[in-house]
Amino acid sequence: MAFKIIVCAKQVPDTNVIKTDPKTGTLIRDGVPSILNPDDANALEEALKIKDKHPDTYITVVSMGPPQATDLLMECLAMGADEGILISDRAVGGSDTWATSNTLEAAIRKIGDYDMIFAGRQAIDGDTAQVGPQIAEKLGLPQVTYVEEFEIADNLKDITVKRQLEDGYEIIKVQTPCMLTCIKELNTPRYMSMSGIFSAKDKTVKIWNAKDIEVDLTKVGLEASPTNVFRSFTPAPKGKGVVLEGDTEKDVAKQLLANLKSKHVI
Amino acid sequence: MNFQLTKEQEFVRKMVREFAVNEVEPLAADIDKEHRFPVETVEKMAKYGLLGVPFPTEVGGAGGDHISYAITVEELSRVCASTGVICSAHTSLCAWPIFNYGTDEQKAKYLPDLCSGRKLGAFGLTEPGAGTDAAGQQTKAVDAGDAWILNGSKCFITNGGYADVFIVMAMTDKSKGTKGISAFIVEKGDEGFSIGKTEDKMGICASSTTELIFQNCRIPKDRLLSKIGDGFKVAMSTLDGGRIGIASQALGIAQGALDVTIEYMQARKQFGKKLSQMQALQFEVANMATQIEAARLLVYKAADTKDRHLPYGVNAAMAKLFAAETAMYVTTKAVQLHGGYGYTKDYPVERMMRDAKITEIYEGTSEVQKMVIAGSLFKK
Repeated sequence: MAFKIIVCAKQVPDTNVIKTDPKTGTLIRDGVPSILNPDDANALEEALKIKDKHPDTYITVVSMGPPQATDLLMECLAMGADEGILISDRAVGGSDTWATSNTLEAAIRKIGDYDMIFAGRQAIDGDTAQVGPQIAEKLGLPQVTYVEEFEIADNLKDITVKRQLEDGYEIIKVQTPCMLTCIKELNTPRYMSMSGIFSAKDKTVKIWNAKDIEVDLTKVGLEASPTNVFRSFTPAPKGKGVVLEGDTEKDVAKQLLANLKSKHVI
Repeated sequence: MNFQLTKEQEFVRKMVREFAVNEVEPLAADIDKEHRFPVETVEKMAKYGLLGVPFPTEVGGAGGDHISYAITVEELSRVCASTGVICSAHTSLCAWPIFNYGTDEQKAKYLPDLCSGRKLGAFGLTEPGAGTDAAGQQTKAVDAGDAWILNGSKCFITNGGYADVFIVMAMTDKSKGTKGISAFIVEKGDEGFSIGKTEDKMGICASSTTELIFQNCRIPKDRLLSKIGDGFKVAMSTLDGGRIGIASQALGIAQGALDVTIEYMQARKQFGKKLSQMQALQFEVANMATQIEAARLLVYKAADTKDRHLPYGVNAAMAKLFAAETAMYVTTKAVQLHGGYGYTKDYPVERMMRDAKITEIYEGTSEVQKMVIAGSLFKK
């Protein structure tokens, strides 16, 4: 029986090229290319590595977004995923993390048959890191976040992961079914392959609406979202640092001490 | 008429662009300086299917089209023209003639290895005394009953030092002129076959350009490609397709030079202004960009014509002629717009200008392209 992996992926604006309007504080999205969220690419890569080793693995990538997000799913198929599902419906537009995880939870319940779920830690356009854990919680799955190393035993059941913490790491053992969220240290995502690009059209991208996933419409979309963006702004840039120079380390240390004292830091 | 790339073609550009920027560009200056063939890049291109783009999956190819192949060579050449021509010579000049003229056995034997990049291909037509005048072949192939015996030499062979499979033209009947030439498949390691001098070139320094030497080289009878006497036809039709590859290389070089020039002009200040704010210089860049776009249309049209199985020889000649001249024009301007810095090896435009020149010479000089074009105009 195939080992079934669901990967959650999001199409995001490429924040490397994005600018904010200094007057309104909002993102200028015009002409900004959309990309596969970087952490999600790591999640897909880890799933593909399992597939490399165990060819009888079936990878479904699930995304929520406007119809253009089909491109992102095609890209995932060209990298080696087997199927893409896009949940696209005006009813789920404007969802915050709670409403988004309700939608994805419903979609994953509809898929039904899976052994594990991979997601990126967070999306670069929101940086919340909440959707993955919320999905796991709602599906009643064990979850490990911030995965930086991953190993699955040949029985495809026992998983050992290294979980990054601010000041160290944890080694955690977990069994499938489970949900993991990945960070970029986990791996280097592969490129699409030429044959993947030309065979992607033979694979399936399904587009599901809110009715298809039988989600409670009072729990999705902008209206149902308990959090709202109150105001967005660009923080004022920090002042320039001071470079201390001197002939010897001792000189520099002396200057530093004097400076810190004058600012009443010490 | 549709000038829009397909979704697949857009993905090919995105994929090869990312691949080129991450894997190829960081090596480009060093391998040029060291005259080092980038074996590691060839392995990576193989892994991602860049060495079999326009061939069907049944023979091990990616199942792509020739526009996707053109985009592949263009994007590689945008950052490194040497890497671009490794892909182009392998695909157009070795894998394609086997795909088009090979027997089922030859296709089964060679194409899966070539398309997957497990083996690298090359093509040998040019000889010291037979350049544009390809009919003056001195290399001979004699039927020895159970084998062909080849004697002679080839020069300026792209990928020569690193290829495993070679398409080689040789005279089987001198009295018949071009109709006395036949095409053969020679493998690295064949008895009596060796690699001679490696050329020390002005540009595309990381591409391996060598002599091939045949001294009583003995190859099995089943290595004849197409029929006896078909060699000139095989060579000319192969070069028609190869010109799409080289035109794509030239296009890529030109685009790469434009891209770095735009970046430079937005950073470089003189007289209190950025170079990009000076109208005389803006106009130069506008001309460069327009020529590149015109070249791109010719190149993609030639590739599209080939995909439609229509005669594409003249389209390919026009594409190569114009793209090569564009590459030379744009890179020369790019160096000029960089000023003194452009003349140093600290900036890539110096390498791009040296690399551009070869596109006006190999796989038919610009003059040969004009002969092909004029020949079609005055045909009776």
